[in-house]
Amino acid sequence: MMTPINIAATSVVLLLITGLSAGLLRRNQGLLIRVSFILSALASFMATASGIWTVKNGITEKIILPIGLPDLPFHLRLDALSGFFMTVIGLLSFFVSIYSIGYVKGFIGRRPVTRLVVFYCLFIAGMFMVTLADDALFFLVSWEIMAAASYFLVMFEDEKVENRRAAFLYMVVAHVGAIAILLSFGVMAGLSAGFESFSGFTFDAMRQAQFPVEWATVAFLLAFFGFAAKAGVIPLHVWLPEAHPVAPSNISALMSGVMLKTAIYGIVRVTFDLLRVFPWWWGAIVLTLGLVSAIMGVLYALMQHDLKKLLAYHSVENIGIILIGIGLAMIFTSFKMPMMAALALIAGLYHTLNHAMFKGLLFMGAGAVLHATHERNMEKMGGLIRRMPWTAVFFLVGCISISALPPFNGFVSEWLTFQAFLLSPSMPNQIMKLLMPMGAALLALTGALAAACFVKVFGVVFLGHSRGHHNQNIHEVDWSMRAGMMMASLTCLALGVLPTFFIEWTDVLSESLVGAKLSASAAAGGWLWLTPIAPERASYSGIIVFLGILAAYGIVYVVLHVNPGKIHRGAIWDCGFEKLTPRMQYNATSFAMPIRRIFGFLFLIKEDVQIKKAPHPAFPKRLHYFLRVRDRFWFWIYMPFTAAVFWIARKAGRFQQGRIQTYLIYSFLTLIVLLLVKSL
Amino acid sequence: MDLQTVSQINGFLAAFVLLTAFGMLAQKRIYSLIHLFAWQGFFLSVNTAIVAYVAGKHHLYISSVMTLSLKVIVLPYILHILVVKLKIRKEAETLVNIPATMLIGIALVIFSYYLTAPVTELSSLITRSTIAVALAVVMIGMLMMITRKHAVTQIIGFLAMENGLFFAATSATYGMPLVVELGVALDVLIAAFIFGIFFFHIHTTFDSLDVEQMTRLKEGD
Repeated sequence: MMTPINIAATSVVLLLITGLSAGLLRRNQGLLIRVSFILSALASFMATASGIWTVKNGITEKIILPIGLPDLPFHLRLDALSGFFMTVIGLLSFFVSIYSIGYVKGFIGRRPVTRLVVFYCLFIAGMFMVTLADDALFFLVSWEIMAAASYFLVMFEDEKVENRRAAFLYMVVAHVGAIAILLSFGVMAGLSAGFESFSGFTFDAMRQAQFPVEWATVAFLLAFFGFAAKAGVIPLHVWLPEAHPVAPSNISALMSGVMLKTAIYGIVRVTFDLLRVFPWWWGAIVLTLGLVSAIMGVLYALMQHDLKKLLAYHSVENIGIILIGIGLAMIFTSFKMPMMAALALIAGLYHTLNHAMFKGLLFMGAGAVLHATHERNMEKMGGLIRRMPWTAVFFLVGCISISALPPFNGFVSEWLTFQAFLLSPSMPNQIMKLLMPMGAALLALTGALAAACFVKVFGVVFLGHSRGHHNQNIHEVDWSMRAGMMMASLTCLALGVLPTFFIEWTDVLSESLVGAKLSASAAAGGWLWLTPIAPERASYSGIIVFLGILAAYGIVYVVLHVNPGKIHRGAIWDCGFEKLTPRMQYNATSFAMPIRRIFGFLFLIKEDVQIKKAPHPAFPKRLHYFLRVRDRFWFWIYMPFTAAVFWIARKAGRFQQGRIQTYLIYSFLTLIVLLLVKSL
Repeated sequence: MDLQTVSQINGFLAAFVLLTAFGMLAQKRIYSLIHLFAWQGFFLSVNTAIVAYVAGKHHLYISSVMTLSLKVIVLPYILHILVVKLKIRKEAETLVNIPATMLIGIALVIFSYYLTAPVTELSSLITRSTIAVALAVVMIGMLMMITRKHAVTQIIGFLAMENGLFFAATSATYGMPLVVELGVALDVLIAAFIFGIFFFHIHTTFDSLDVEQMTRLKEGD
């Protein structure tokens, strides 16, 4: 039977088989890479197809697998929400799998890639299983498969200390989060079926239960904490800029593009599907943390000069933007405004898909740069547009998308989020009245800063002259990597110019979760115009904007190139200095300097200038500039916390005498005391 | 045999079990300790057989035979071999002096009578009065583990605790189900073997069986 859930399950099985049998081909690494990544691309494509199909037709299907623990079988369910996230994950995994054929080849001769292939397949399968899970047990099993597989992927180049450190940090945060999620499910299961029975562990039982508000709050806060740790919401983000840069770039693309989205899936699933009742302040918490993550993420990103670390901080920012949408949807739902809730929720989910596409694209681009130059430090790059023209174009598409500029997809979803802020009627609550305009302003600031950041990235990496050692071997990447990036770029464009199709496609989602359809008003002006609430209040047509941009570009091109004699290249005016070197270019640090001055209080900055003494102070011999910008959260939260843990451990260590008799006395006294207490 | 007599015999044997427990608490020589342990097993086995006869529970006969073979013959034999192989000639040392240990033991017996008073009220079994003795034997076994330094005496303390548990089971509920008892018996046997292996290793590593030496394993600050 060809039904979506069967296709999805087949794709998971295919991935698991590919991953577990990768060892058979380990003698021929080239063949192993081709076979396994083509198979995983196929599996991802199947999952995407089933996801699109499910959402399109609003299908809900269930399977109960006879495996799992005794009396606790695995429940699988594919509904519109899981279908949507399966589409997001599948689409990017498809692009990245094709990209990986070329990218992973770069490791051949340096280290065996079998481990990478095995955990790559397990990782994607784990993410699909998370979206398919319909009971707490299977969800957590899949969640842990995903976490463990990605841990080994971060550890891939394990000879470096920073990789081991990053992987360990990631594992710790992931497990703290997983415990919170487990406890949250425990609360919900216990309330829905009583603490004597295990039947409450299915999501179906939780859906049918009515939770008292105080216990629902406990469950929500635990779940939100757990998922926020996975998503990298500030202040739980510290693992993200450590782990993403050190993983191989195809893995960074998946981790940043879609693994973080499973946490968004978890938040939406728990709040809108399982708990359903929520006071407005839950949404306010989500909204506030989203705003903080968005603004702090982009500010930290601006300070980075490691290309992948910068992108990782941008993931924090974009998760923040998604959470703004989700948080607004929660607030509107609790104030009974289904239309606005649908707008905010769709904006958040749209941004989820968009971020997966452009962040995947950007990490693939960063991977291509890394593949060609073996360099992550932006201060040593420059002028790559002449060596890698294709990569440069694709990377530019990603930059424009993430900067929320039309005609690409980032603009549409951020614009929709704005509309959710701006079109909202006045709130029946003082705090919300204050929070709404402030949130809109902060979101606008985030967008502007992100644009500034990507002007810096593109300018420093691709334009100008090379700042590092002049490497003649830099060359364009092979067809598969270009194909992966090209497909992601085209998807970014398509999602940007045809938003109404997306809105209509996700109608079933907003209807099942918040009880209103967005397309009734959003697509009221036909497929050409996107009108979130009403045409007279706000409208946007991606196609017209796109055509306008094309026309403007064409006119400029014609004006400049129709008579080639008008353009002539000359030497750069150097104020008569005559000794310009590529190292004197405007670089990443100097670009970010004004913003570093304005927002300096948010960072831990150590800046030092040393001038080597010379005969005359006006003519210094040598100047040494040192700058280190660090995350304050590490010192505000994590250092005191680890210090407290070690302090408690040392105190508790006093009980450890090393003498068996002492330990026996401990248990003997406990026994006596317990017996006494019981008998009294 | 009328119930009155059986109750008398049961109480009599319980007294012997408790007496051997105190004997072990007071005994310094390892050989004598092993003999006392064997005697305790013997009284236990006889008591189980009588309970089996009175209550008409046939599986208790099997328990009784198992107790006889394991705790009176096999385990003392293993311990004996251990002592010979490891050339333990030193007398067992105690941490607290023996009279003080005995006083703590007496306090424990009174405490267990106090604890089991409500159970004895409710129970209708003829063996109910010996529950307190059983609990006291468990606690004395643990006390022995606490006060002795030598590894072999510690395992004897552990086995004495197990005796107490078995005694509690027979006197409180006419024994556990056979499956459980078989499992426990096997566990005890295996525990004895594992302890034996460990002792050899401890002996070769520390050149002594004094558990005080193990404080060296503690992590420094």
